[in-house]
Amino acid sequence: MIGGPQGSGINSVAENFAKACIRGGLHIFANIEYHSNIKGEHSYYRLRVENQEVHSHVDWVDLLVSLDKETLFGDLHKPKPTHRGHRHEVSPGGGIIYDSSLRLTPESFGRDDIKLFPIPYMDLLIQALKEYGKERELSKYQVMVNTIALGASLGLVDYDFTLASNAIREGFTGRKASLGDLNVSAAKRGYEFAKNTFGDGSFPMKLHTQPLTGRKMMIRGVQAIAIAKLKAGCGFQTYYPITPATDESEYLESHQPDYNLIVVQTEDEIAAITMATGAAHAGLRASTSTSGPGFSLMAEGLGWAGITEAPGPVIILWQRAGPATGLPTRTEQADLRFVLHAAHGEFPRIAIAPGDVEECYRDTFDAFNYADRYQVPVIVLADKFLASSYRSTDLFNGDGMKVDRGDMLQEEDIAKMGDYRRYQFTELGISPRAIPGQKGGIFWTTGDEHDEQGHITEASEVRIKMMRKRFRKIELAGEVIPDEKKATLHGPKNASITLVGWGSTKGAIVDAMQDLRMDGIETNFLQIRYASPFPTSFVDRVLSTAGQKIMVENNYSAQMAGLIREKTGIAMDNKIVKFDGRPFSQNEVYEGVKDILKNRIKEVTVTHA
Amino acid sequence: MLELKTYRTQVHNDWCPGCGDFGIVNAIQMTLLEMQMEPHRVAVFSGIGCSGKTPHFINAYGFHTLHGRSLPIATGAKLANPELTVIAVGGDGDGLGIGAGHFVNTGRRNLDFTYVLYDNQVYGLTKGQASPTLPKGLKTKSMPSPAIVEGINPIAMALASGYTFVARSYALDVRHLKQTLRQAIEHRGSAFVDVLQTCPTYNDINTKEWYSGDDLPSKQPRLYKMEETGYNGVVSDSTKHDEVTQKKIDAFVRSFEWGEKIPVGVFYKLNTLTFEDQLSTRMPALKETPFVKQDIYNRDITPLFEELT
Repeated sequence: MIGGPQGSGINSVAENFAKACIRGGLHIFANIEYHSNIKGEHSYYRLRVENQEVHSHVDWVDLLVSLDKETLFGDLHKPKPTHRGHRHEVSPGGGIIYDSSLRLTPESFGRDDIKLFPIPYMDLLIQALKEYGKERELSKYQVMVNTIALGASLGLVDYDFTLASNAIREGFTGRKASLGDLNVSAAKRGYEFAKNTFGDGSFPMKLHTQPLTGRKMMIRGVQAIAIAKLKAGCGFQTYYPITPATDESEYLESHQPDYNLIVVQTEDEIAAITMATGAAHAGLRASTSTSGPGFSLMAEGLGWAGITEAPGPVIILWQRAGPATGLPTRTEQADLRFVLHAAHGEFPRIAIAPGDVEECYRDTFDAFNYADRYQVPVIVLADKFLASSYRSTDLFNGDGMKVDRGDMLQEEDIAKMGDYRRYQFTELGISPRAIPGQKGGIFWTTGDEHDEQGHITEASEVRIKMMRKRFRKIELAGEVIPDEKKATLHGPKNASITLVGWGSTKGAIVDAMQDLRMDGIETNFLQIRYASPFPTSFVDRVLSTAGQKIMVENNYSAQMAGLIREKTGIAMDNKIVKFDGRPFSQNEVYEGVKDILKNRIKEVTVTHA
Repeated sequence: MLELKTYRTQVHNDWCPGCGDFGIVNAIQMTLLEMQMEPHRVAVFSGIGCSGKTPHFINAYGFHTLHGRSLPIATGAKLANPELTVIAVGGDGDGLGIGAGHFVNTGRRNLDFTYVLYDNQVYGLTKGQASPTLPKGLKTKSMPSPAIVEGINPIAMALASGYTFVARSYALDVRHLKQTLRQAIEHRGSAFVDVLQTCPTYNDINTKEWYSGDDLPSKQPRLYKMEETGYNGVVSDSTKHDEVTQKKIDAFVRSFEWGEKIPVGVFYKLNTLTFEDQLSTRMPALKETPFVKQDIYNRDITPLFEELT
């Protein structure tokens, strides 16, 4: 773990370290916690490195790298303290790298079971700057102590420095290339200082490269979803800046010239969803991306997309802790019910909740096909945790991913049809669609109830038929989309305990299952991926024969447990919930299950923050 | 052959008899005919209220959207397919009340489209409440008490927002309205037309007789055509900052004339890069043909994964 004030460059340290590990054949999981603040508040980045694939973080720290005192001791000196630092989280035998100029006594750490590695950050940085004749610009380059710390941590675990120096250099291209050398020099000084000063035996945990198995990448949710949008042929993205969604739109905007898609920063989220819906009606695959506060504003637009049977947009909802502004930079899974019911009135929508980066990629791609095929708005429910967590993984392929634009008419088709009606009643509820500009395809569309042509009507019989037509489409989607996509049973078919979850808790659950098995507790895991259409019969089949059913959710009220009960009548036996704005760790899932088994309690709330 | 009925639909029109909306719809249809525009190349967008029903009466692609949201929806469709002629229409409450944020920000973009404001100073469909353009101190017949807030000046607001064609016309002068609409549609950029309009049911102040000046000693119409007085709001050279500023100032000053003399005509016109022009500078492929007509479904994304290795 590396911690420091916001703006101190903990990201580049963690990400360069991670990249070096991946290129050395190791596997990583990395995630960041930060405040709603630009500079100064405490932030920390967890990097977990393993010899095998890893999907989650843990709550202990083997090596803590601190760029400031607060990372160690918290903000207890403030009138309203919010945390007590991370020194308590260091595992016995673990180590702490810190700035020796803080002049901390070993006693002040209050631990005699950890190793301390004071490093003269500033002295080493000045040496590096002197090498490049920049020592008089110290204040400009002060932030580079982060690189000294990176080097020192690599030195302590005795990792291949070249892999790291390559990663560092890649961060500085073009005019900034010379800064790459300066940073490598700084890292090298930290690396050698740690090795020479503390010696090989000082820190027992070492990282060794292992043979690479194929090409690996380091990817996080916002990238996986943005790339899926490009693959799906999305031509239009709208957004209003909001944490943690904005990175996705900025990624897309930065790739505009290469991939030809329009990205519009709108005046608000009402414009974001309605503009995207206008583009979708006009024939372009369109999407928008937001978080809870923005999605709240989108409700009316969602309703209009619903009643006008717009082919989209695809809406990515990066959930964060609410309500209102809530904990703006923290994670939560509390918008499931909202997504299913947002906007007044009744209309069908598709809602998918990917559980990891690869599912983010595949589900987003599918979302565009569904939008076109069923002419409904499609919501992808991700969250801050998925948005910002990096994982090492094989490069994604395009297997089984084919663009399906649904019943979209060409001018020749329309000419054959004669009297074209945009909302024609059909057996499956789907009306073939024309797009504006096509000859013969003129249609009207309205947020009022309408007839087959799209003109306003208040006639009862038309209303009834139109409601049934729209809802027929979601029934159809439920029939056509295979269960394998909608839900997954991980682990053995039969187990004494079935863990149930959805979305980003997947990684922690999957990893915790191994720990439970070591304790002789056999579990399997039912992951629900589609909230709508809901995989009712599959879930019913799995849960009606399951043993003890334990729900794991990153919210207060276990919303999915309620939805399962609504759909199947099956109630969960126990719940593990977490609503402190922080994501589940592997050990929290493990501890939650153990707590339930040992103390026979119905519901457990976990927290480590 | 295109004729006036080409642009008409069979939909029953339920506006009140004598409503100013009729004049506007007729003028739009006549303008499209005059410009020989094929109906399928035109898309009309509206919000909510009496004016919201407009698209249903015009034989062209019609989008009857949400209250105040016609502009972002029109923007999305226009950007998807810049070959479409896009006309958005809406009432003063729709555009300057609930949709004010979109009105301002759409102007900033200078998208190539036309926005026609049905300006009758009242909310008709909800039975006559004051709209954002009703001047302070006035009380129409269905209001319990006079307005105690200022009315918005739509022309000044459009100028401040960045619309590059700003004009005013009158629903009951179909000839002038038609000329103005044609100029607006032909303008490359965001065109705004404030159409003064009577509401015979709820606005008993700004009536046809009032616009005709029947209450004035001179009995002269209140509306006068700015161009006939030598006013010229057209910027001759968009690269001359001083001229742009001066024309804007002139337009602002004119826009506050109200009462016995009310100007109609073109307040301001500037030819400059549109939003689409700027997007196609960023993405040259957009110059050739709209994305909606391009195959963007077989993109090679492998370089993006390579970047992450």
